[in-house]
Parts: sequence; structure tokens; C-alpha cells
Amino acid sequence: MALLHQRAKLYQVIRTFFLKKHVLEVETPVLSNSASCDVNLDSFATSLRKDGPSLYLQTSPEFAMKRLLAAGSPCIYQIAKSFRQAERGRFHNPEFTLLEWYRLNFSMAELMDEVAELLSLCFSSELVIKTMSYHDLFFSITGINPHATTIEELMDYASAQGNPEAATICGESIANGLDYVFSQYIQPMLLKEQVYFVSHYPVCMAMLAKLTDDSPQTAKRFEVYFNNVELANGYEELTDADLQEMRFQQDLKERELAAQAKVPIDQNLIAALRAGMPACSGVALGLDRLLMLMSQAASIDEVLSFPVERA
Amino acid sequence: MATYSTNDFKGGLKIMMDNDPCSIIENEFVRPGKGPAFSRVKYRNLKTGRVIDRTFKSGETVDAADVMETDMSYLYNDGEFWHFMDEETYEQVSADSIAVGEAGKWLKEQDKCVVTLWNGAPLSVAAPNFVELQVTDTDPGLKGDTSGGGGKPATLETGAVVRVPLFVQIDEVIKVDTRTGEYSARVKN
Repeated sequence: MALLHQRAKLYQVIRTFFLKKHVLEVETPVLSNSASCDVNLDSFATSLRKDGPSLYLQTSPEFAMKRLLAAGSPCIYQIAKSFRQAERGRFHNPEFTLLEWYRLNFSMAELMDEVAELLSLCFSSELVIKTMSYHDLFFSITGINPHATTIEELMDYASAQGNPEAATICGESIANGLDYVFSQYIQPMLLKEQVYFVSHYPVCMAMLAKLTDDSPQTAKRFEVYFNNVELANGYEELTDADLQEMRFQQDLKERELAAQAKVPIDQNLIAALRAGMPACSGVALGLDRLLMLMSQAASIDEVLSFPVERA
Repeated sequence: MATYSTNDFKGGLKIMMDNDPCSIIENEFVRPGKGPAFSRVKYRNLKTGRVIDRTFKSGETVDAADVMETDMSYLYNDGEFWHFMDEETYEQVSADSIAVGEAGKWLKEQDKCVVTLWNGAPLSVAAPNFVELQVTDTDPGLKGDTSGGGGKPATLETGAVVRVPLFVQIDEVIKVDTRTGEYSARVKN
């Protein structure tokens, strides 16, 4: 019961925070004609009618919100139920709640500052913030330069750490290898009670982020870790329709290689980008995990009214 | 042979790894950033007792291990093997000293214990948490000592040696916690 109150209070804090900043609360469809192409994301699929066209539950409200931005909306936020198939564990429920927001003309750095501001408000205390580039963090612990590594080097490192099976998990993908090494050997080393903002990801992990112009080129993507928990993922958003479509096509190829379900690219998003999406930065923050951290819960089940097995 | 997928993994599940029967201690689902989902699993090799950390691709399957924990009573030791009997079926099994391990020094005939069987053969034996054993040898204690500050070694009827309070005398029966190997109480006859 205490957690029901805590969640309600948290939503109040969030809504007041964005009201003061003139960020508009919006609602977008949970069911969509298209799905995320991300090779490591599986959408729940259903259909409009029996034998009708497929519909997919959103894995995040990102695409629909970007379409609103392209259509001329101001800065927007949403508290959105999101769904990811086969994700269940201490930190995962297949149905979960994201807080996602977009800020027009914000750089990645400005958005990171705003995330820190909101987190301090949620925990009602000044948090210790540590900002590090992905490269510096990765290199300091593994001695590997993530911008110029190979899948072989990453898998050799995992083997040396006692995980030769990593190769079967990561396949040929450098991005998978980087994510594996990061979650196995770097994430557990992060200091407790500190909020880590990790930014400037390798280009192969750009997803929907803009790239920098410097050398080596990096993706303007950041992740937030607090008490070893991955809490948020943000981008200075890619606005180039052609480039985004190319990345989606690349994702679909990887899905095919990995024998993942075929999904349709969100052509509405591509069309919106083509019509012109304003420069902006956006971030998705897991509210269930935030509640876990605020209440020191050991499992996501503790902060949900009913976890999936009892839903 | 039955198989389990990582989705079935939970504490206590018995699986085959590297041709040895193992018991899963814990399983954590991990999906890093935008990366591949996997399971971070801790399991114990039931033959060697070693605890191993390993990751599994999400959905990967492994063979089930035919491991059963059975309540049995200890019958006797013939010098080489320890003999146990299933109290329901009256079936008997014999275990070597490797399988019996530490439990051997606590077992008295007729004691109830849990024998872990792998493909029907004893893999390990767990003594009851508490056993009552007679002291066969210990130094005479000091008169008037009731708390037993430092204690002294005592040899029990099974050959095990435990530290006991100074007031414990030869022929007395004591209760021992087999998990810690420590004296727990004196048993009044």
C-alpha cells in the first residue's frame, strides 16, 4: 500500500516539474501498425481483427512522440505503459512504465542536466552526479577502446574474465559485445550512491541518436546508472530521415540474421522526419526502476500492483 | 532427456553442466542497454561442491539432471561403504566416503538424513541439522564451571571432535549443530 502512495506522489512531482517548465503532457497510441526494428527488442503482436493486419504494442512511445514534434508540438512528455516481450526478471516486467520527454533545441548536455534536476527532486536531496564518457569509463576498467575494438577483442576479454560462452550470446555484433562487457564487468563496478551519466556512445550503438562531428565520431547518446541500475537512455535526436531509414534497414537485416520476427518499419516516423523534425533531445526513464531505487526495493515486483504472473 | 530453457531456471533446479549434475543457486535476467538478453546464473556442481558463475543466452536450453533428494535412514558402515535405506520403498543404497563427505562424522545408525541421488546413485549425504551423540572422551572439567568460558575438545561416539563447555563429562549426551559443527546443548537423560 505504501508503494501505491509513493507512485502517486512521484507522478505528482513529475507533473508539477513539467508544468513549471511548460512541457506539455501528451498521450499517444499504445497499439501501432509498426514496431521497433531493434534486433534486441521484441514487440507483442496482435491483430486488428481475426486474420486482420498486425498491430504491435509499443516498446516505448518514442516514434509517436517524435511524430508530434514534427507536426509542430511544443516540448512534450508522457508517462507511458510500454511492453517488451520475454523480459522478466528482478529488474524487468514485460509491461512497465516509462517517463519519456522531448525538449526542443536542447543539446544532450542540457537534457542530462534536466534529468539530474528531476532526479534530485525525486530523491529530495542533492545527488552525487558523475559524468563520464563511454570511452573513459570503458577504457578505465577494461583497457579496451570501445570506438576501435573488434568482436574478437571483446570476446577474448570476456573469456579471460571466465565467460567464454559470451560469444554465443553476442554473435558477430560489436554492439552486443560492448553491451555484454559493459553489463558484466563495468556496471557492477560503478560506485553506489552515485548517479552516473555515461555519454558519447560508439557509433555502432547510435540507435536514434545524432553523431558528433569530432574524431573519433561518437553518438550523442547517454545512459543513466544509479546504484548499478540502468535508469534512463537519451539521445540528441537524429532528424535525418534518410539516415534513420538506413539504420532501420540495417536493424531489419540483423533481425533476419538472428531469425527474429519480421516487423514493419514505422513509415509514419520516416515521413515525419522527412517533413522535418525540429532539433531536440529526448530521454526515456524507467519509472518502476526509479521507484525501486526510491524505496530500496530488491525486485520490481515490489513496486508493481500486480507483476505479470498475477496480472 | 528432459531439457530446461533459461526461462525455467530458478534456485534448486537440477541441470547437467560439463557432464556433471549441478544445482542452480540463482538466476538473474539481464538485458543491458540495447544489448542482447542473457541470464546470469550461479550454480553448484553437486559432485565437486564448486560454485560456478556463467551466463546463458536467453532461451538457451540445457539437459535436466536426474537428481532426487530422498529421506533415508543410515544403516551401517562396512568399512568402505555407508549403507542407507529408503524408508518408504525399503530400497538400499551404498555411498562411498566422497559422497558421504562431512556428514560421515555425525551419522549414527538409524539416523535420518537426506541422500541426494543422481541416476539412482548417492551423490551426497546431508546429516540432520542436529544430532545427539555421546561423549566418549574429554578432559575432566573444573567443578563449579557452568558457563564454559573457553571450552575443551571432546571426542564423540562417531569419532567427531567438537569443542564443549568445561562442565561436559564423559558418557554425557550432547546435541551438536552439524551445519556449524558446534556444541548446542547438553541432553539430559
